[in-house]
Amino acid sequence: MTKVFTRPEALNDVELHYCPGCTHGIIHRLVAEAIDELGIIGQTIGVASVGCSVFSYNYFGCDMEQAAHGRAPAVATGIKRALPDRVVFTYQGDGDLAAIGTAETVHAASRGENITVIFVNNGVYGMTGGQMAPTTLAGQVTQTSPYGRDVKTQGYPLRVCELLAQTEGAAFLARTAVDNVKHIREAKAAIKKAFTYQLEGRGFSLVEVLSACPTYWALPPAEAMKRLGGEVLDYYPLGVYKDKGAETDEK
Amino acid sequence: MAKVTFREDRCKGCELCTTVCPKHIVQMAKDRLNKKGFHPAEVVKQEECIGCAFCATICPDTVIEVEK
Amino acid sequence: MAEKVLMKGNEALAEAAIQAGCRLFFGYPITPQTEVSAYMAKRMPKIGGTFLQAESEVSAINMVYGAAGAGARVMTSSSSPGISLKQEGISYIVGSDLPCVIVNIVRGGPGLGGIQPAQSDYFQAVKGGGHGDYHLIVLAPSSIQELVDITQEAFDIADQYRMPVMIMGDGMLGQMMEPVEFGAKEGRKLPEKTWAACGTDGKRERNIINSLYIEAADLEKLVLERYERYKEVEKNEVKWEEYMTEDAEYIIAAYGTIARVAKTAVHALREEGIKAGLIRPITLWPFPSAAFANAAETVKGFLSVEMSMGQMVEDVRLAVNGKKPVEFFGRTGGIVPTPDEICDAVRKMKEGK
Repeated sequence: MTKVFTRPEALNDVELHYCPGCTHGIIHRLVAEAIDELGIIGQTIGVASVGCSVFSYNYFGCDMEQAAHGRAPAVATGIKRALPDRVVFTYQGDGDLAAIGTAETVHAASRGENITVIFVNNGVYGMTGGQMAPTTLAGQVTQTSPYGRDVKTQGYPLRVCELLAQTEGAAFLARTAVDNVKHIREAKAAIKKAFTYQLEGRGFSLVEVLSACPTYWALPPAEAMKRLGGEVLDYYPLGVYKDKGAETDEK
Repeated sequence: MAKVTFREDRCKGCELCTTVCPKHIVQMAKDRLNKKGFHPAEVVKQEECIGCAFCATICPDTVIEVEK
Repeated sequence: MAEKVLMKGNEALAEAAIQAGCRLFFGYPITPQTEVSAYMAKRMPKIGGTFLQAESEVSAINMVYGAAGAGARVMTSSSSPGISLKQEGISYIVGSDLPCVIVNIVRGGPGLGGIQPAQSDYFQAVKGGGHGDYHLIVLAPSSIQELVDITQEAFDIADQYRMPVMIMGDGMLGQMMEPVEFGAKEGRKLPEKTWAACGTDGKRERNIINSLYIEAADLEKLVLERYERYKEVEKNEVKWEEYMTEDAEYIIAAYGTIARVAKTAVHALREEGIKAGLIRPITLWPFPSAAFANAAETVKGFLSVEMSMGQMVEDVRLAVNGKKPVEFFGRTGGIVPTPDEICDAVRKMKEGK
């Protein structure tokens, strides 16, 4: 018998601090699998952000830098410009990327910065106790939208891939999800493609991974996955929002 | 012939693996608790396992190894 | 002997950084230091370096963080409002023990303030402008040649102690032209950057650049270690100039460009029979406290002259420790004190007014 599924080497053999059913663990593994399959662990530098995934510097088996809240794309830019031959990725949540780090994200994309952003969107601030995020759905109850997000006063959930699709510099933008096995496999393929694009020097790549937060959605993990596959996917359609490779390769 | 191995002490009892098994052979071990205090997931009819790795794919804690 | 060239302060600073091996510069436009960016934009592409105009000062300093963490020699430059924006990044750079050089060509404040030369960012630079227990090494040149020499050394100092070094100038120093020479300097013997996150190549344990320590005891231990290093800096790196202090009865304390004006005042005062001298701190942190403490044994009084409402004067007082009077004279908002004003202030002090 041969092993058909095992822990990727790029994921350190340590316990993850995440809550039961938190999908960060799945996404960590997918990133690690992509790194392993491309054989790039020794040439990769990851950037951890602030939020639940802050400790990702303990989990990925490559060199890591931990960035201030929202600043990961700027930190990654600094690394990439210093070491253009290295593979540089950020791992960021939705509060980090789509609120405090919006400027860093948009401009890294606009510059076509040759980095890969893994954007985990679960619609809440988890680390600080379940506050409303820019991506929280309308009507969703959080600690800071206790009566449900009221779009009249609290605004609308932000669709990041659609926003970034307007930038010339973005080479690959995809929205994926981890609510079921098929979607998880698609997410993995998108992550691997993003890293491949970086290796090919094509420019900025971002894979949004719609994710579940059972704890702050106040749902059992299986129910959280159902909500993810339902109303969350309804608002955030899956798909490839930009693929410069496909565009140029066709020509 | 396939085999799944659960690293029980890493299991957080989220039950996601039990929701994706096409053979319905992954269950929570209600008769015991692991080191963390969770009922861990286990496979009840190993011989029926087809090695699809769905359970391992959705497991957030990389608890499951699959051999074929 | 290298040839002397006439250069603007901001450009000389940029060239000095390049000659010190800095190949990455992340900036954002702000008066009165924009020539640093402009020079870097012109030169860096020609020598295989990187000039990048960031989307904000916040991003620029975080790019510095990333590049410094990857082991590169890197610099950013800004002026007061921009330096305020960089404070978050500076705190993280300190917390992760990364070396880099940060330039502040100070202008009047607070708020948007003005664009004229000022020294009102002394507290921010010396007492820690960002959050947490820390110090920056702060260097304050008073001529273009000194700016060049200091800039070249700043990178070595930063690497030696794994600390950010701030160069504090002002609009006058940045904008004026003086002849300078760029001698090939012998750099310091520096440790290898074995801690850099530059890819393991499968040859070593992975490196993590990080400032997060959840366990209080771990964080305290690290901060204590850092303060041990600060003691080394205080022991090795303090720099100041003494000017006509041997027989001085009144000491003017002044740094940066205003120290040049103070020298004129020292001469004028001596012509009228007042034995004045100058102590010019070159490192604002570590502060040359010993120079002031020693002088306090023999002089009658001190006058701190600053382009602020009185910030360095507090460090002079701490150093003098009540032994002799320490007075203050300053102009702020971008106004430079004149020699006459300084002389008046010394006369008043002499008369006990």
